[in-house]
Amino acid sequence: MARVLIENITKSYGETEVLHGINTDISDGEFIVIVGPSGCGKSTLLRMIAGLEDISSGTISIDGRVVNTLEPKDRDIAMVFQNYALYPHMTVFKNMAYGLKLRKFSKKNIKIRVHQAAKLLQLEELLERKPRQLSGGQRQRVAMGRCIVREPKVFLFDEPLSNLDAKLRVQMRLELRKLHKRLKVTSIYVTHDQVEAMTLGDRLVVINDGYAEQIGPPLELYEKPASIFVAGFLGSPAMNFISAQISADGKTAQLSEDVKVPVANPLSKQGITEKKVTFGIRPEHFSLSDKEKTGLPLRVDHAEFHGASTMIYGRLPGNDELITVRLPHIHHISPETVLMLTALPEHIHIFDQKTGKRI
Amino acid sequence: MIKRTHFKSSPLPYLLVAPQILITVAFFIWPASQAVYQSMLLEDPFGLKSEFIWFENYVLLFSDEIYFSTFLRTVVFSSLVAFLSLSIALLLAATADHVVRGTRTYRTLLIWPYAVAPVVAGTIWMFIFDPTLGIVSYFLHGIGYEWNHRLNGNQAMALIVLAATWKQISYNFLFFLAGMQAIPKSLIEAAAIDGAGPARRFWTIIFPLISPTTFFLMVMNIVYAFFETLGIVHAVTKGGPAKATEILVYKVFNDGFIGLDLGGSAAQSVILMLIVITLTVIQFRYIERKVEY
Amino acid sequence: MIEKRPLATWFSHTVLILGVAVVAFPIWITFVGASHDAIRMPQVPLPLLPGDQFFINLKAAFVEGVGNAKEQSVGIMMFNSLIMALMIAGGKIAISLLSAFAIVYFRFPFRMIFFWMIFITLMLPVEVRILPTFEVVANLGMLNNYWGLTVPLIASATATFMFRQVFLTVPDELLEAARIDGAGPMRFFKDILLPVSRTNIAALFVILFIYGWNQYLWPLLITTDKSMYTIVMGIKQMLEAAEEAPEWHLIMMTTLLAMIPPVLVVIGMQKLFIKGLTETEK
Repeated sequence: MARVLIENITKSYGETEVLHGINTDISDGEFIVIVGPSGCGKSTLLRMIAGLEDISSGTISIDGRVVNTLEPKDRDIAMVFQNYALYPHMTVFKNMAYGLKLRKFSKKNIKIRVHQAAKLLQLEELLERKPRQLSGGQRQRVAMGRCIVREPKVFLFDEPLSNLDAKLRVQMRLELRKLHKRLKVTSIYVTHDQVEAMTLGDRLVVINDGYAEQIGPPLELYEKPASIFVAGFLGSPAMNFISAQISADGKTAQLSEDVKVPVANPLSKQGITEKKVTFGIRPEHFSLSDKEKTGLPLRVDHAEFHGASTMIYGRLPGNDELITVRLPHIHHISPETVLMLTALPEHIHIFDQKTGKRI
Repeated sequence: MIKRTHFKSSPLPYLLVAPQILITVAFFIWPASQAVYQSMLLEDPFGLKSEFIWFENYVLLFSDEIYFSTFLRTVVFSSLVAFLSLSIALLLAATADHVVRGTRTYRTLLIWPYAVAPVVAGTIWMFIFDPTLGIVSYFLHGIGYEWNHRLNGNQAMALIVLAATWKQISYNFLFFLAGMQAIPKSLIEAAAIDGAGPARRFWTIIFPLISPTTFFLMVMNIVYAFFETLGIVHAVTKGGPAKATEILVYKVFNDGFIGLDLGGSAAQSVILMLIVITLTVIQFRYIERKVEY
Repeated sequence: MIEKRPLATWFSHTVLILGVAVVAFPIWITFVGASHDAIRMPQVPLPLLPGDQFFINLKAAFVEGVGNAKEQSVGIMMFNSLIMALMIAGGKIAISLLSAFAIVYFRFPFRMIFFWMIFITLMLPVEVRILPTFEVVANLGMLNNYWGLTVPLIASATATFMFRQVFLTVPDELLEAARIDGAGPMRFFKDILLPVSRTNIAALFVILFIYGWNQYLWPLLITTDKSMYTIVMGIKQMLEAAEEAPEWHLIMMTTLLAMIPPVLVVIGMQKLFIKGLTETEK
């Protein structure tokens, strides 16, 4: 178990820089999730921590020791790969034992450790099987087991659940979480799935285009996204963004000629009054207006029933953007109806249109 | 070309390629360059004196009528072997692909001549066609046809073509059958629903789809007939009678080892190398094309 | 079957049976020839049915020996062929595995030069460079021994390419997992790469064994000492030794013995054989 310190890490391939100065301090026993769209550089960052990619500049230290030039095997880490990378010709036992064997553990010790891990992961019955005789979930657990037996300082996960079907993924997510609670090993987990990120991480690092957009606990990122990117990436369905103008007194946002929305905290101080901004609100932060005449008049395009909630898609007058609204319970709404909606003021996000940053 | 992650550079990779490179240099590159060098020398048969004469050996070769006729003979021989073994193999593969039951049994019964050495194949056919006691020449005599490949050049040529073809059928058969079985069954079924009978299906669907295999086999068969049949010629006819079966590769061997015309033999080697290089390049072009396909 | 056409099916079977018969006919004649005695041989016509001398001839070939002075036991020749085939197949596989490993898993100066040097061997069959190669072997004092018989033939571009292809399909993560587990290059090669490519190795071995066993011209040049003769070239020597009146019954017996091992390999390991053939030639 250890603290992992990532300072000013960059990665370049020739002239092109793909990671631009990432800084993170991961404390001992923390479960941190690096999340972002594919190709954003998150896997590269993980592979740099593992020692599988060279570090262009900056330092990575594990447990107070700079590991920049150390071989992967000397960094005291273990890694679960997306395709598990189980040795196809070895039994489950041998797969788990291989790392220990190379580290010259005694036969007896290897046996004890592998059986302990197997028990923890319910793999005891499968120890003599070959990987191809296992189901996807079982392979996943063997890959986990291979990490656990080594008792490393840090666990690295490279999209470990993305090859499983949806149901199994939810189940394995829970197991992973339980396992981490038990072992309390510092874990760094890479995924492109925001649900996985929100449910697993103590903290998230959202990466976009090689920049760390925001680092923090899931709820904080959800409630106070630092940028349009983070706001749009986390949460499903995605947040609605509408171009708007802040009134002179900073108390309302004008979405179109006839549509004004009050904002919770007056924005007069930020010097953005009478300027164009991006107004963001999540689909779940609308409610049906009590009064028939006031609120946002949404002309309904179509509605979908999702069981516990109803998803309504429609447009505001003078604006072509399709707005998504999620209302709890079932509502029977026919197209072309005009719904009067209230946007909950405390859940309104205002972003700078140029920089994309939160105001 | 190379893995995403790789081991750090160290002396190790050099040690790993060393055996292969040493053997390649000692037994391939050095002899080949020697051949090029010798092809420009005029040497007396005892190797005592030699004179550097640039391309005179080549000039001599190209103006040599015997060499020219050897070249033509090689082309005829190779075309015959390639055409016959490809056609027979294609027919057998098509029928083996057509029958539902027994494909594997037929395959087993047809592929094993691949394992027979060319010279062994030559010996057996020589026995069968032996002018005095061969079983086939006996029957031919019975129907009034005299067979003596020791005297009749055309018959000698027919004999080595037969032996070389016989041995090559299994190789071609195997590739044709593999190519045909790789065609999705649904394609054949669609053609059948469209109303195409077996013969029409073969010529309009199967044959065009295995054309890459056919092309590949053509190159391989020419290489085989040009070079690997040396054993058959050497054992069965020794190039005779009266050079009727002397093909290029046999002439290189014969002029060098028996005739001791080192320069001329070396020049012939170099020409053969150029032929192999051309064929290899053609084949690689084909592989590139196949990747897209 | 797609449609019912008994006639077409019958036609196919007829063609195939004819094909099998034509392919098998020479072997039948060989077997028949090997089962008669020296007295029956010169009588025309030759028999089409086997005689009763098969085991006597077999014994003659092994115990008394064949060839001009009958000093040549087929057993010794087969043994030499076996050693040659095993050394060529094993040697080719070993050096090709190592160089493919270096080329795929290391990045080092001159890597591409080595790659092209190996590639060149593809273009130079032994037949076209036979004379200068013979000189090299003679100068190295490798005539009349197993080294001279095999080493010049074991550089192999096709085998190297095949293993390169196989290694390229091994997932990168396997190497990464092994590195994290603590394996160095040779460990990875031995513990992971070799076991993972074992069927490819076996398939290639089948092909190369046949290639090695059937070598003809090279042993003919390299060996002058009768104790080093291989069986395939031995047949040729027997034909030559008795130019006027070949002992056909013994020659046919030797021929039969020369093809039995490789034919058994092809039939017994058909799956591997087909895999090897179609993979190396790609």
